[in-house]
Amino acid sequence: MSVTYLEAIREAQARLLREDERVFIYGQDIAGKFGGAFKATKGLAEQFPGRVLNTPISEDAMVGTAIGAAMEGMRPIVEMQFADFSSIALNQILNNAGTHYYRTSVPVPITVRLPSGGTKGSGPFHSQSMEGLYSHYPGLVVVTPATVEDAYTMLIDAVQIDDPVVYCEHKYLYYHLKAEALPDDKLPIGKARIVRPGRDLSIVTYSAMVHEALGVANELSPDGWEVEVVDLRSVKPLDTDTVLASVARTGKLLCVGEAFPWGGVTAEVVARVASEGFHLLDAAPARVNAKDTPIPYHPNLWSEHRPNKSSIAAKARQILAE
Amino acid sequence: MLETAERGASSSTKAPPHERYLEAFRWMLTARVLEEKLASLYRGGMIVGGVYLGRGQEAISAACGMFLDKSKGDLFAPLIRDQAGRSAFGEPLLDVVRTYLGSAKGPMRGRDGNIHRGRPREGQLAMISHLGAMISVLVGRLMAKRMRGEKGFVGLTTIGEGGMQTGATHEGMNIAAVEQVPLVVVATNNHYAYSTPNDREFACAALVDRAKAYGYEGATVDGTDLAACLDVIGGAVKRARAGRPPQLVVAEILRLAGHGEHDDASYVAPEIKKESFAQDALQRAEKLILDEGLLGREGLQQMRAQIAAEVDAAVATAQQEDAPHASEEDWSALSTRELADQFA
Ligand SMILES: Cc1ncc(C[n+]2csc(CCOP(=O)(O)OP(=O)(O)O)c2C)c(N)n1
Repeated sequence: MSVTYLEAIREAQARLLREDERVFIYGQDIAGKFGGAFKATKGLAEQFPGRVLNTPISEDAMVGTAIGAAMEGMRPIVEMQFADFSSIALNQILNNAGTHYYRTSVPVPITVRLPSGGTKGSGPFHSQSMEGLYSHYPGLVVVTPATVEDAYTMLIDAVQIDDPVVYCEHKYLYYHLKAEALPDDKLPIGKARIVRPGRDLSIVTYSAMVHEALGVANELSPDGWEVEVVDLRSVKPLDTDTVLASVARTGKLLCVGEAFPWGGVTAEVVARVASEGFHLLDAAPARVNAKDTPIPYHPNLWSEHRPNKSSIAAKARQILAE
Repeated sequence: MLETAERGASSSTKAPPHERYLEAFRWMLTARVLEEKLASLYRGGMIVGGVYLGRGQEAISAACGMFLDKSKGDLFAPLIRDQAGRSAFGEPLLDVVRTYLGSAKGPMRGRDGNIHRGRPREGQLAMISHLGAMISVLVGRLMAKRMRGEKGFVGLTTIGEGGMQTGATHEGMNIAAVEQVPLVVVATNNHYAYSTPNDREFACAALVDRAKAYGYEGATVDGTDLAACLDVIGGAVKRARAGRPPQLVVAEILRLAGHGEHDDASYVAPEIKKESFAQDALQRAEKLILDEGLLGREGLQQMRAQIAAEVDAAVATAQQEDAPHASEEDWSALSTRELADQFA
């Protein structure tokens, strides 16, 4: 048996629906035989009548409705058709869900699933990575699973957490990534993972970029460089301890993210390491991000807009040479 | 006028019409007296941030609160000018005063202020500022109740004609109809959104026409006429409770205060103040009470004195209470403390 990243998301939702009567899924085109733009809910509406509900194209109201249901004790999962469209729901996510517990002591356990990140030909409005934006605001947990196993366990955890969770699933990984089976054990949300140990450089990253970083680590290995790859898993909370421990081993930090370059997760990691682990560093910490333009449509442009193996490897070699 | 009240009353509870009218009037007066006090505290520099009054809107608001019944599981999502409705729904005066004065004992504990208050677990939602955002939240609560098998409940939310123009309002009103939840939306056109008059807010002939467009049942009401408000809003609540489609009630008044107490409203056109919708609902109700002999002048004075005493007591209590201390604040926006990010 093998399970894809997408199937893991579907299986996690099936299990949640089966085991927790408070769970329902709310989103566009997710019900019926259709099962969602990416089929993440395929078959679930038939299996769980009345609990996988199609919505109008109303991202603001979809999240608002989920917030209300969560106040009443439900555990709604909102599927955004693409992360990009969650901009319409920013207000509900940031200002309603994100403030509610602090203001009223009543938590809002919603999970918003964001099909994130670039794929070939998707262009400016179907490719975005919004984890940095959501992490900037208080009151939200933001997770970015990079593996089939994490896609599964972190979605289950997300729904069980009493606070709002933005679950950023990477579209590129949907079909590309396979595992032997669904996992039995898990690392909790809030803990980063060393996916490849090394001693010369720490590449700290998350989501699809974990796989690019692993590729770079393999590429540099024949030259004698041992690159450590840290998968953040959740970007908020950010596991600073694991990152610092890695930098303590390697003395060098490269942080890679697929989002736009101004601020964001990579800047946050670099800032924390620079201020809390300055003495650990043997070279200036560096970042590789996407370019500061909208995400281009054509593959020739897109593949250079996002961080890729060659841009990450080039930056890595530059730091290693210092 | 009382005939209309009678129809409204018989459609909701068994109280005789004049008792219901007097009860509503009491909530109106409570709001007016309380808000006068808040305004004077504001002028005295005792309130930080804004003070927003519902002057002129008390009849509509009182009617909004009065037909809701917490024991039936009803929910209320009020906005800025809903003191009368909040009180009628059961909000203690202390909640209001504590929130305005920032008492640590208030429902918002100094973390939010003025009208941004509520007790979500007790059915009163705590509005965020962003107009229209609470509609879909209320829809979600109503849906969840239905999913759990509850019956016989309704939700009521209010909005201004300004707030009617946001995308969130459109999405929220539409999704309520798609989900067929027992919802009443009471929209008050008080002719100004802050300083902006109607002709720069919308261009449709009548806001109530949107009811049909959304699949709601619609009604209009003169918001200066308490009996009519009780009749129309009571009827809308009753229809929603009975499983009719969502209800839209559009009321017309003039805002008889500034947008907030910082605002002298000098932009309000003098002509508009002569319109019949510019009457003061409270004065109108008072006159009717005297004309019909529901209460004498003394009775009214007594009522006012009683309310004033309650308000003064609430203010005195809240003023003695501690303000929140930053050193005692735990600075976590998450209920799951172990998931709070750590910043060095
Ligand atoms: C989305 C949004 N934009 C702007 C504001 C600032 N604002 C607060 S109240 C208000 C006017 C609201 O007018 P209306 O909805 O007619 O209600 P009224 O104040 O007249 O009762 C404005 C512009 C806001 N709260 N929300």
